[in-house]
This record gives sequence, structure tokens and C-alpha cells, in this order.
Amino acid sequence: MDLSRLVIDDAEHGSFRVHRSVMTSPGILQLERERIFGRSWLYVGHKSEVPKAGDFRRRVVANRPLFMIRGRGGEVRIFINSCLHRGALVCRQDAGNATSFVCFYHGWAYDDGGRLIGVPDPEGYMEDFKTSGRTLVAPAHVDNYRGLYFVNFAKDAMTLPDFLGEARELIDLTIDSAELLGGWQVIRGTAKYDIHANWKLLLENSADNYHFHSTHKTFADYVAEQRRTAGFGRPRVNNIDDSRGLVFKHGHVAMLTRAEGRTIASPSPLWSPEAIAEATRLRDELASRYGAARGHSMADFSRFLIVFPNLAIHDTQSGFKLRQWWPVAPDAIEVTQWELVPRLEREDMARYRLEGAVTFQGPGGFGTPDDIEALESCQVGYRAHEVEWSDLSRGMQRVARSDDELTARGFWRQWHALIQGRPGADRVTDLRAQQPAPTLLSPASGGESGRGMQAGDAR
Amino acid sequence: MTDAKMPSATPATQENLLLRLAVEHFLFEEAAHLDNWRLDEWLALFTEDGRYVVPTTDLPSGDPKRDVMFIDDDATRLRGRVNRLKSRHAHREYPWSRTRRLITNVRLTRIEPHEIDVEASFAVYRARAEAIAPYIGIYRYTLSRQTDDTFRIRHRRAELDLERLSDHGAVSIIL
Repeated sequence: MDLSRLVIDDAEHGSFRVHRSVMTSPGILQLERERIFGRSWLYVGHKSEVPKAGDFRRRVVANRPLFMIRGRGGEVRIFINSCLHRGALVCRQDAGNATSFVCFYHGWAYDDGGRLIGVPDPEGYMEDFKTSGRTLVAPAHVDNYRGLYFVNFAKDAMTLPDFLGEARELIDLTIDSAELLGGWQVIRGTAKYDIHANWKLLLENSADNYHFHSTHKTFADYVAEQRRTAGFGRPRVNNIDDSRGLVFKHGHVAMLTRAEGRTIASPSPLWSPEAIAEATRLRDELASRYGAARGHSMADFSRFLIVFPNLAIHDTQSGFKLRQWWPVAPDAIEVTQWELVPRLEREDMARYRLEGAVTFQGPGGFGTPDDIEALESCQVGYRAHEVEWSDLSRGMQRVARSDDELTARGFWRQWHALIQGRPGADRVTDLRAQQPAPTLLSPASGGESGRGMQAGDAR
Repeated sequence: MTDAKMPSATPATQENLLLRLAVEHFLFEEAAHLDNWRLDEWLALFTEDGRYVVPTTDLPSGDPKRDVMFIDDDATRLRGRVNRLKSRHAHREYPWSRTRRLITNVRLTRIEPHEIDVEASFAVYRARAEAIAPYIGIYRYTLSRQTDDTFRIRHRRAELDLERLSDHGAVSIIL
């Protein structure tokens, strides 16, 4: 297999193609496990999931069983969930609170810092066995950014802040926006579902506005019907002129769209007068706290960020969701989706937020089932090897709108570099594309085309 | 009705058995509507304040007021769901899947003059695109007793026993 020919990036002719074998080949998946998942920073969990000392959560990350636990000193640690003795899982519940973990197989015991604190019948071992500092193994690197915990299994990995790079600004906008309401917390109720499609298809889908009006017609119709009943016209959501696709170094990509119905803080006209007043007040407060450009950008824009390779951070009119997905086969992924809410959001606002969260996204929403259908439909199409290429050229010749495929290209360029064993893409942008910095997408400058910095230039 | 003793044949027991038969009949007719995609007829079984809820697989006890649900439909969203499924643009369900609902272990857990709470085990099989996937779980209903001896659905909750939506991917049909 000639890896260099899997992605054809022909800026000269405005053509970008991906060879479909990358969606079906077990050999490619093996390379992805080594060169992408084995080397990238991978999301594990949010700090609010382990609020008290002893709180723990189990996770599977890059096929490895892990658990995160908040120790007695308040620090969060992440361990590989495998007994040092013979390998059995030492943490066998998905969540809970514990001061120690005893492996049920032979009874080896560990404390909240992962230290081996007891083995049955220690006389069977050398004298210093228990005191020799044996500790559950941790991933090579563990770090958090604004409460989002990541691991990296590669010893020579770059730091997490370096890896996130300018994508941090989008995370900051979302995290900062809830500071005046006590910060974000993951709430109960996790969506876990499988899709019979290649994992990269969900990435393409998660920051793609081109499919919205055809795939999600029923949702758009439902929203329009709600508004018509209340005496309003079509909503301003997904107004293409007020949206952007963004690409960042290291393969992170994002889509920004001006949206209403964000409880922080862009009201929907369908809300009660009290709720509209509250959202307006929050918007003003964000502007006074963070400056008008940044504060209004926080409030007015839905942010669909994808942290390479498999974490969607969606702060939208459909709530604030973290969605992560893992390949289990070339044609199968396992998805997990968590919802976050501001700790101190007013009750009526929280109600609007949850209604927004449940209506579109998620396995029972009016949107996600049709996305799943689209991805599985593509995967069936790939059974015919005669059709060799997928086309992702849209918008190559202009400053990308959110319904262009710049975001997909940004991902694929990084993917293509890594799969060939290179450290990263020379550039993730289109040659001609420039993009404004995320905060420049405030109401004052949002309509301007991108004369700003070339944020996606990897050099 | 919730203890394990065999009912004795008192008049009161006979009345409860007849009531259970009537409830079962109602549930079976409801299932027939859904299996045959008679969605408007199904929707007409709800009261005006009717609600349809499906919690996530990791939290069957979830509370729609503060937890994330797969589905939390008030009357408006429920009508929207039916319209969507009828539209031919709900791509996961067009062409329609075939479904078969098996409903059993029907228990009346609260009997009031105007309302009855019902629990029933279910297996809803969905066949489509070369695959068949069963949704297994328990229904919890609050039925409103109508003057004409029929029922309307005030609350309908489908709690899944699955750990995740594996072969199903979504809850694209009405459970």
C-alpha cells in the first residue's frame, strides 16, 4: 500500500480526494492505532465527574481499561486498570467512591494513589516486596486543560497545551462563559451507542454544515413549525454568512455558527420574557467581564470543536456536549456522549437547556439517528472497491464557510502526515484560505471575511 | 397486586383480573398500531398532557428534570416525532424498519378510580438493513381511565436493560 497516495491534496486544481480503502482496511486501522491513537492526547474525563476524594470513574481509552480517581489530597490520577500481579481489573465498577481497590482474583490491594498496600500471605515473597514502591501503571503522560483530563501513551509526546495549540481559545471561550454560573459539570445520563461505520466518518460529520439541510430537514422543519406557531419566521441558525470553518495546527478543526437559543447567552424568541431577560443579562455580563468582542463571541456563536483525533466539544444551542468515539473495527465505532451544564444555572434556563439538548442530538433526538444512517450508508457504499475516491473539495477556492469542507481537509491533512510516520502536517489550511482568530467572530466583525491572522498555518 | 401470594377468587380479585385483561388488551392494540406504523392512531392514545420518556442505558432511573434522557417528549415534541417519522425524511426510518413488539409480565402496580400505573416487560425487535436488534426493557405507564371504560396514556416510559445501544445505534423507532 502506497501511503503517500491515500490523500490527494491538489490545491492547484481545487481538488481534494481521499482513497476509500482508508475506511475499510484492517491494516490502516492497525497503523492508526500505532501512529495516531498511540501518539495523540486522548480525552479521559472531566474533573466534575470525580468531585470528592475517593470518587472514581472507569473509562476505556484506545482500547485500554483505565480509571480516574480523585485522591485524598484532591489531585486527580489516572491509572491503567490492571493488577500488577496477573492483570485482572482492580476497579470493577463504572463509578463509585473508594479508599482502596482490592483485586478480587488473589486479593492484592491498592490505595487511592495506586500504591500496592497489601498482598495476602506476604511471607511468600521477599521481605521488601510490599515496601518496594509498586504502583499501578499510569499512562506515560496525564494532564488536564481547564478541567478536561487527557492521557498520552507516547513517552516523547509534546505537552497538552502545545498539542491543543490555538484550539485552546475555543475551549477557553466555552469554559469562561460558565464561570459566572459556577462552572461546568457533567450531569447524569450518558449516551452510549455504536455506529457501523469507520471512525473518521463521524469526525467528518461532527464539524460539517454542508449536510445539515438535506440530512436534517425534519429537524429544520420542526424548528420552523415551532416558530411559525409562535408567530416568528425561520430561525437564524445555520445562516451560512454568519459562520466559519476553522482549522488548527495538529489537526483540530472547528465550525462556528451564529445561533439563538443558547442559555449562555443568546435568547430564543420562543422563551418566556423572564428567560429572554436572563440570557440578555448574562450576555451583557460576559461582555463587561471579558470585553465586548470576546464576551459576545462566547454568547452568540455555537462552537463545534473537534480535538484531534476523536473528541467533539460541542457548545451549541443543543447544549454543551463532549462526544468521543473509538474504532473497534474498520467499520465499527463506539460512541460515548456526555452533557455538561452550568452548576448554578437558573431553573427555567436549565429547563430550556435540557430541552435543546434532547431535541436534536443523541440517539433519540431528531438529528443524530439520521447522521448515523448517513455514516452507515457511506460504509455500505465502500464495499464497492470500484469507486476508489471520496471528494472533499468544497470551498477550496475561497475563505471557508461552515458548510465548506475545510474542516474535513484539516483533519485529513494531519491524519495523512501521521499515518506516514511524519510528526505532523506541513500545513492544515488550504493554500489560499485564511481565517480570522476565533474571537474575531464577534457581532461587530463576524460578517467580515477573513483578513485576520492565518491561524491554521502550521509553520 | 405486588405481593407474591396467589390471588383468591374473591369478587374484588375478579374485578382486578378483568381490569388487567382490559389493560393488556389496550397495550396489545397499542403495539399493533406501532408495529403497523399507524402513528396517528398511536398518538391519539395519549392525553393532551401525555408524555413519552426513554432514559439512557446507564441510568434507567433518570429524571428528565435534571438528567439527560434519550427521549423526553411532551405533547409538542411527541407530535413532532410522529410528523418526522411520517415525513419520509427521517432517513434512519425511511424506508421503515419492521418491528415486532412482545409485551408480557403485565402488572398493575397502582389502581385508583381515575388512574392506573402499569408495568410490563418488553422486547421490541427492529429489523432493517440486513440486521435485527432487540430492545429489551420494562414499560412504566400511567393510564388515565376514561368514562367509556377505555384508557388514555398520561405517561409512558421505556427503560432499557441494554448496557449500550450496540447494533441499534439509535432509538429511531418509537419503543
